[in-house]
Amino acid sequence: MLSSMEKSIAELRETFKNGGTKSISWRKSQLKALLQLINQNEDSIFKALDQDLGKSPVESYRDEVGVLKKSVTYTLSCLEKWVAPKKAEVPLLFFPAKAEVMPQPLGVVLIFSSWNFPFTLALDPLIGAISAGNTVLLKPSDLAPACMSFLVETIPKYLDNKAVKVLAGGADIGERLLQLKWDKIFFTGSPRVGRLVMAAAAKHLTPVTLELGGKSPAIVDTLSTTPSKAKVTAKRIVGGKWGPCTGQACIAIDYVLVEEKLASTLIELLKKTIKRFYGENIKSLKNISRIVNKHQFQRLVNLLKDPNVADSIVYGGSVDEEKLVIEPTILLDPPLDSEIMSEEIFGPLLPIITLKNIEESIDFINSKSNPLVIYAFTEDDTFKKRILSETSSGTVTFNDSMVQFLCDSLPFGGVGQSGFGRYHGKYSFDTFSHEKSIMHRGFYPEIEPRYPPWTDFKLLFLKLAYQFDYFGLILLLLGFKRS
Amino acid sequence: MASEVEKKAVFDIDSAKEVVQELRASFVAGKTKDYEWRRTQLKAMLKMMDENEPQIVAALRDDLSKPELESSIYEIAMLKNSCKLALKKMKHWVMPEKAKTSLATFPSSAEIVSEPLGVVLVISAWNYPLLLSLDPVIGAIAAGNAIVLKPSEISPATASLLAKLVANYMDSSCIKVVEGAVPETTALLEQKWDKIMYTGNGRIGRIVMAAAAKHLTPVVLELGGKCPVIVDSGINLQVATRRIIAGKWGCNNGQACISPDYIITTKDYAVELVDSFKCELERFYGKNPLESKDLSRVVNSNHFARLLKLLDEDKVSSKIVYGGERDKSNLKIAPTILLDVPQDSLIMNEEIFGPLLPIITIDKVEDSFDLINSGTKPLAVYMFTNNKKLKEKFVEKVSAGGLVINDTTVHLAEPTLPFGGVGDSGMGAYHGKFSFDTFSHKKAVLYRSFAGDAPLRYPPYTNGKLRLLKALLGGSILGIIRALMGWSKA
Repeated sequence: MLSSMEKSIAELRETFKNGGTKSISWRKSQLKALLQLINQNEDSIFKALDQDLGKSPVESYRDEVGVLKKSVTYTLSCLEKWVAPKKAEVPLLFFPAKAEVMPQPLGVVLIFSSWNFPFTLALDPLIGAISAGNTVLLKPSDLAPACMSFLVETIPKYLDNKAVKVLAGGADIGERLLQLKWDKIFFTGSPRVGRLVMAAAAKHLTPVTLELGGKSPAIVDTLSTTPSKAKVTAKRIVGGKWGPCTGQACIAIDYVLVEEKLASTLIELLKKTIKRFYGENIKSLKNISRIVNKHQFQRLVNLLKDPNVADSIVYGGSVDEEKLVIEPTILLDPPLDSEIMSEEIFGPLLPIITLKNIEESIDFINSKSNPLVIYAFTEDDTFKKRILSETSSGTVTFNDSMVQFLCDSLPFGGVGQSGFGRYHGKYSFDTFSHEKSIMHRGFYPEIEPRYPPWTDFKLLFLKLAYQFDYFGLILLLLGFKRS
Repeated sequence: MASEVEKKAVFDIDSAKEVVQELRASFVAGKTKDYEWRRTQLKAMLKMMDENEPQIVAALRDDLSKPELESSIYEIAMLKNSCKLALKKMKHWVMPEKAKTSLATFPSSAEIVSEPLGVVLVISAWNYPLLLSLDPVIGAIAAGNAIVLKPSEISPATASLLAKLVANYMDSSCIKVVEGAVPETTALLEQKWDKIMYTGNGRIGRIVMAAAAKHLTPVVLELGGKCPVIVDSGINLQVATRRIIAGKWGCNNGQACISPDYIITTKDYAVELVDSFKCELERFYGKNPLESKDLSRVVNSNHFARLLKLLDEDKVSSKIVYGGERDKSNLKIAPTILLDVPQDSLIMNEEIFGPLLPIITIDKVEDSFDLINSGTKPLAVYMFTNNKKLKEKFVEKVSAGGLVINDTTVHLAEPTLPFGGVGDSGMGAYHGKFSFDTFSHKKAVLYRSFAGDAPLRYPPYTNGKLRLLKALLGGSILGIIRALMGWSKA
């Protein structure tokens, strides 16, 4: 007796097998329907995001709705190009032959999304999976329950139910899904759960993409350039920390590295900017999300419990447990072995670590595991080159924060502990495709030396052939070469 | 002397840890990233093969009774080509790739930079012990990594030779060969690698991936499966037959992941096909193929017993139409063809990896597509036909790592095609630039300037900002102008 979950998946497999998701017109119709879904339900989406995370409509549009609309539109305009087979060069030796690589859907894919960008992280991978011709089961995070409900209720009204399904539920549902066989699993979340997903996938040899996190640092070297650049730097740091879901983002700035003589300048600029953006204090806090739930709230509060850490607070620190709010908080040089400096913060606490010389930031970053992003505010070209060649991260962004997310032509993904695999733009299509090699050969001419019985002549012929030494081959055939 | 012997005796978890630590130190010191170092190593590998061809051929003969031609061409020549290609193209491969930027991030410039992953583990197989060990290593070196190579213990002569040669010719502080069997491999798998590439079977593939999961290590698994050959009528039967033979018995006597495993043809054509095989097989291997020097032997007694089990199953042994002879002492089985074995027989339910070729018959050629798609996805599928429509349908419908029309196995030699599986036949791909890519991290880099800092990104959030944001993300210049004018009114 199959459970309803297994029946759903069987239906997805049947739909895929019958070619229901193969045609470009089907894929385009689904993408257009998704666009309609977003356009016609913008207000409900804003409402759900406000309910789950306290996001303002502008933040929601900038980070979720707008990103998705752009992604669907871009995919629709490029899909025909992406689906077309790519020719591959064939050496003369194989003449006449034709070689190409043809992308094919993987089959039935499973997408796990996270709670902090509950729409973007669910639907952006979905766009990739549909564009590549797969059937999909989407499992949104139950830690953003209003958004999850919205997806469960609304997606069936717009998309093909036989090919795209949404399943509500918590970790137990996730575990059950992982027991089954998928053709691909796409996971966004923490490294801890990433390990469990990959271990489960290993049982079925299912390929996975893991979009994880880490401590994404911001190196700050532009405070002594001009006052206006220093101001913009501060704005971009503030915007890159508290702007996205009050720091609860894999690409949010986790901590800052700056030279000690410039630390106070930076802190003053940050304070001014924070007050202007978010209000004077916790009571008048606005334009900022809240902490998602009590568990995360407690975790963040605990980071500040260490007295040495608490002592290093230079701004903020107030919390409101009822409203699940922690005001933007800056710390100056908390102890490097404290939890706040060893775990991904994922919240509105910003440690500033001072160095004698900004170049030391490279070793500092390398002492930790590879982050998803390194942000570097610097105009020193030599330093930029050093950062690029001496550190490793998913992405490097110079002189800004967050915006690399909007670049469809840049692969978005991690390396090392921040994950593997990538998406956005064509990379989304590729990540849900198998690139099938195809070689077309003719029956003529025949190369006799391919076949036994083996002789010295055949050996020499093949050696020359494999070196693509066509001239040598001619000499051999004319009898001018001997072994 | 005694302590040296002691040290060599056990390669355990601690030894594995030490090896990784040493390689990581070399990597962090930047040794392998250096472009000249990469070139030197690849040149050293070429020299290694040039200067040791007879020893390599002898080791392969020891391990597999591989005919000299197969060793020279399918192992050594292919490897040398791969090395030369990397040497020639590496300067292009290491260059950053420019990426387009859109209005949403204006002004900015973007590129994708290839960087090495770090310390990688290559576990290879016994059937092409040189090629499957060093071809991935070429990619790993070109991409700038430090490497541990673990060759298969089932081809011990080649493994030893590799260990000796690599130590003599290449930089041991960055490239090491670890010999051993299950305990040594397990010790290696416990360590944290930046990438693992495994060539072998699905059962071990699962173990490798599960071990990699503990450290979030990405993997490439080059596995196998049953590679079918579809044979249509109306073709040059002789050429087709010879090409199938070359791909089956000519490739390590069927012990190759891309060897044709079984044939699907129509009931009407089967007899002609069988006759053609009989004719060409005799032409290639003589009347006593057990004595032919042009066939590898079955690698060891385990596999020999396994193959006999497939052959001697009751419902199968009666279906032999050619061959079936065996020589246990020399581990040889003659090229054997079977006709219409039952679908539920052992031979039709596991990868054969040997000199037995079942032929399955169906009514219409098109039926073969569904038959193949009903099983697990193979590494390769081959089809012989002159029917254009059938070719198109084949390419579209059949899912496999790679497809070849009117030949077998040759796509392996084509470095512009990614070589890898899908589903049960594996994940990831390599050869040519794909090898370089598979051992690289493609780092996205975005350069922004301080000019043009749009206040609309920042709070306080207003409706005007919302309108402008919508226009900006929507990418239409007109929309942006409109919103800007509207906003400035507000």
